[in-house]
Amino acid sequence: MKNTIIIIASLCLLFAISIGVLSNKDIEPGTLTRLKAKYSQKHVPSADHTKFTALQKKFTSPRQVTEACIGCHNKRHEEVMRSAHWNWEKEEYIEGRGVVYLGKKNAINNFCISTPGNEKSCAKCHIGYGMDSKGTEFSDRGSVDCLVCHDNSETYTKAPDKGGAPLGTLDLNLIAQSVGKPKRTNCGVCHFFGGGGNNVKHGDLEKALFEPDRDLDVHMASAGQNLQCVDCHKTEKHNISGKMYSLSSMNQNRSTCEQCHTAAPHADTVLNEHTVKVACQTCHIPAYAKANATKMYWDWSTAGKLKNGKPYAEEDSMGNHSYMSIKGSFVWKKNVKPDYIWFNGTASHYLSGDKVDDKAGPLVLNPLHGSYADENSKIIPVKIHVANQPYDPENKILIQPRLFSENKGEGAFWKDFNWVSAARAGMKAIGLPFSGKVSFIKTEMYWPLNHMVAPKESSVKCSECHIREGGRLAGLNDFYMPGRDYSRTAEFLGKWLLLLSLLGVLAHGAGRIISRRKRITGENK
Amino acid sequence: MKNKKIVLIYSGFERFWHWAQAGLILFLAFTGFEIHSSYSFLGFRDAIRYHNIAAYLLIVLIVFAVFWHLTTGEWRQYIPTSRNIVAQLEYYVFGIFRNAPHPTKKTALIKLNPLQKLTYFGLKVFLLPATLISGLLYMFYRHPGAGTIESLTIRSLGSIAIAHTICAFALAAFLITHLYLITTGETVTANLKAMLTGFEELEEEEGGRNSGSGRHA
Repeated sequence: MKNTIIIIASLCLLFAISIGVLSNKDIEPGTLTRLKAKYSQKHVPSADHTKFTALQKKFTSPRQVTEACIGCHNKRHEEVMRSAHWNWEKEEYIEGRGVVYLGKKNAINNFCISTPGNEKSCAKCHIGYGMDSKGTEFSDRGSVDCLVCHDNSETYTKAPDKGGAPLGTLDLNLIAQSVGKPKRTNCGVCHFFGGGGNNVKHGDLEKALFEPDRDLDVHMASAGQNLQCVDCHKTEKHNISGKMYSLSSMNQNRSTCEQCHTAAPHADTVLNEHTVKVACQTCHIPAYAKANATKMYWDWSTAGKLKNGKPYAEEDSMGNHSYMSIKGSFVWKKNVKPDYIWFNGTASHYLSGDKVDDKAGPLVLNPLHGSYADENSKIIPVKIHVANQPYDPENKILIQPRLFSENKGEGAFWKDFNWVSAARAGMKAIGLPFSGKVSFIKTEMYWPLNHMVAPKESSVKCSECHIREGGRLAGLNDFYMPGRDYSRTAEFLGKWLLLLSLLGVLAHGAGRIISRRKRITGENK
Repeated sequence: MKNKKIVLIYSGFERFWHWAQAGLILFLAFTGFEIHSSYSFLGFRDAIRYHNIAAYLLIVLIVFAVFWHLTTGEWRQYIPTSRNIVAQLEYYVFGIFRNAPHPTKKTALIKLNPLQKLTYFGLKVFLLPATLISGLLYMFYRHPGAGTIESLTIRSLGSIAIAHTICAFALAAFLITHLYLITTGETVTANLKAMLTGFEELEEEEGGRNSGSGRHA
């Protein structure tokens, strides 16, 4: 009896310990507390730029500001001029094609397609003052635009279609004296409006992030930690960490959650085990375009319709353009559940002039590599942007049309609304052949989602993936997931085994009852 | 009339082990089939958490039980025998309906009839270890990339999980028949009472000895 009590007592103790060890603590508190303390410290600049005499004399052109900057920071412009932000290209290794120089200079996307020939307009988002089609700007140090990133007065604004030059009405002295660390407003003016409007491209980067609340983004919430872009996108010598796979191929210089939160951020070992194969973003970004809609579909083939000889635009119920004569038809979506793919940090790209297999379904412009069996792969959330874009059916290459020009008659589609002349002008500028025929082809681009991280209580629940039908990961089928997957054979045999066992014992029991009744009535007779 | 005596047939630990194991296996089945998405009750995450805790408890219990079986020699109860096996089978198929006597006598020394011996032998030597091993592999499976023990790298969780599921179905089927066969003792409740109290009224053996543990009530 004594022994029994000891055994029961020790088992109870063990049960209590195991409950304690495995209980519901979600986050390892040490790291978070440390991070909160670190990012609560206000940045104190080491210099007050209003006091510098070099910034007191009246600036009449932005180039004078640049020279004033270089006057003290006399090597910084060289760092800038080595960066991808400046050069619009960087060295990338693509598996199967070797080293390529890839960037906005030569990449093709399925939004406004490509920059060559359209530089004057596209360069509104270049950190320089005088981009043109000749590319002379790239070696001109006076053209480096320090202000677009470092203006802290929030008044600096670039002019449209002027090759990157700012508006002529700005108080350049006020701006020059305000400079400091880049804020969300500095990065956001370009990165929130890529593709020609708010949230067109990314889906998780948009103007609501200038002043977000906690539900929109737990890191950048203005009333919370209020993290700025450069807090995560750490920058050494103007080389900014983090990359977008619309233009990148290699698994390097990335900005990741683990850099702050460690690879095992949960107190729960089962959740930490997930981090081997599931990226943080997958559970912690349950939806994107949470505040304003993002563009999901762009159909270039309908572009060019005119009313009374003039281009026009139509809006959808959310107030976004659903049709523009210059660009075609769009579908916008808000609060979108991401798509999920395997990703190992490397990508390949459709490059200018690549032949297309137009029988193989949608052409993916930036295939992201990965699979369950690949040791470096994790499941990530993505926005998939689909387009119907111009294509040369004879040469089997994507067309990069001339879209922008200041004058009619130069072939630019946005002035002349003629696909053939726009294609001819665009392809000629790049030096690619054009057959004279324009058709349209379905393309897809994958945009990994990294922002709009939800508060932990809104993260994706277990049963949103671990569910038989219709789960978030229903499309990823190269691995076994508990709660979703099962063997049909085992299920069939198991169910029949249980059913037959049950029927067997019921029949046997019934037999016993009947035979007993018969016996009793027989005895009574 | 044969002599009947009330005999201690299941010792305290044996009863505790039986009921603790029964409870744990029921709980594991309940949470396990929820993880399998057969139904939703606790929620996926809690089902896993409690399933894992219960699994560890069962392992501890099994360690104690194995120790007990070895030290008391009770493991010999489970050595399969072909003696009377056909008679026992005939009893369940025919005799039981004619109120025929049990073909084998239950004593404290021989608690199990030949069919029980065979079933429990299979359960203890094959089914439970298979469930346990597949369960541990399931728990400690590492995805490609985690590779802490390279030699143990299994490319997919699928085979492990499916093996564990098959074991679970087999155990559930055992449970159904086991629960029913409880009622086939000398009286409908005799077996259940014995497992609850430890005591059962048994016919005295020739020579009057009927005590494995040497204790009479």
